[in-house]
Amino acid sequence: MGMDERSAHVEMNTPGPDEGLRSELSKQGIFTVKLQDMYNWGRKNSIWPLQFGLACCAIEMIAASMARYDLARFGAEVFRPSPRQADLMIVAGTVTKKMAPQVVRLYNQMPEPKYVIAMGACAISGGPFKQGYNVLKGIDRYIPVDVHIPGCPPRPEALMHAFMTLQRKIDAQALTGENRPRHLDPAAPSEFPVPALGEDDIVPAKNERVWEAPVLIR
Amino acid sequence: MLAIDQIARRIQDAVPGVRVEVIPNDTPSAQLSLLISTEHALAVANFLKTDSELQLDYASSVTGVDWLDAVIKTKTKVKKVVDGVEKEVEETTETKRPGYLEVVYHLYSMRLKHGPLIIRQRTGNRSDQNHVTSLTPVWRGCEFQEREVYDLYGVVLDGHPDLRRVLMWDGFKHYPMRKDYVPPDDFEYEPTPHGEVHARAKEHYPQ
Repeated sequence: MGMDERSAHVEMNTPGPDEGLRSELSKQGIFTVKLQDMYNWGRKNSIWPLQFGLACCAIEMIAASMARYDLARFGAEVFRPSPRQADLMIVAGTVTKKMAPQVVRLYNQMPEPKYVIAMGACAISGGPFKQGYNVLKGIDRYIPVDVHIPGCPPRPEALMHAFMTLQRKIDAQALTGENRPRHLDPAAPSEFPVPALGEDDIVPAKNERVWEAPVLIR
Repeated sequence: MLAIDQIARRIQDAVPGVRVEVIPNDTPSAQLSLLISTEHALAVANFLKTDSELQLDYASSVTGVDWLDAVIKTKTKVKKVVDGVEKEVEETTETKRPGYLEVVYHLYSMRLKHGPLIIRQRTGNRSDQNHVTSLTPVWRGCEFQEREVYDLYGVVLDGHPDLRRVLMWDGFKHYPMRKDYVPPDDFEYEPTPHGEVHARAKEHYPQ
């Protein structure tokens, strides 16, 4: 962004001109807006997903991008075949343990800012294969997931809802301060350890920094 | 198609020295199958494919079966003298049957439109004598299914052109479809556990 931390703070977090002044200026053809809103507005309307699918959920993802549901309305129709050009990873389908290292590696190869939608029962928890030996019990064990969509498979409308949820999330991100997004925080990790295929299971079974087992009240 | 005992006889005539056994089936389907000795399996397969009456040119399915060590109880009626009176009494005899692995092939004929003929091969035991003969040289379509049997059951198929794991990764050391396989313990988060999973999930609960 080419400005130091302090000036960015001034630019982005001040309340801006009051309503009366803005109204007065707009009559003269001058529109005022905060840089943060401008920046987020641009980002949220050009989320390019990574083009890959893992199972049947991918078919719904493809349907969502086609003419009937038309994901292009949200500025997300450009599915990129390279992780280097993608902003969003849609984990669409069952993540087998054999596939998990590749999914994490693809995520690591994406440049910041990057987001993840876990689509469908399998991607969020293992789904019907949860108690088997060969399916990962949710991709959120290794990479941070922004939006979870339940369903088996979720309909294209559900994927769109996830998109709109993600857009709202991006829109609400303050660029400075405590809750600034990961790509503006030098201390936050951008890459996550790729699990290895071990003798019995993938090791480690989860990334402790990303996921911990929810405490169930019984 | 010919009756199964006729097929068994034809095989014995065509392949000298082969052991063929008709496996009974007391389930409602009553579908019989042939157990073929492993060392002659390739010759038998060639015969089944080329024989003019059978022409089984298509292997639709290759499956593995894991049979654990078992005790088989057989009931026989024996005449016995009880209290001076001759009576018919049921006697149960228990025989120990050591475990083995089995590879089952379902064969059809596309040309004559008949089938299936089911043939089986057995291994000597479940640990070191785990070899049977690959039938991929006869039916090319068996290749991936036999790899899958090797991957999930640990049956080594001699004569297979490319025997590698197909579903699990190369460093994996177990055979997950075997009945004594224990899956890795990652049951720490189970929202609605029951049965065996509940017992395993409990070990992770805070005390």
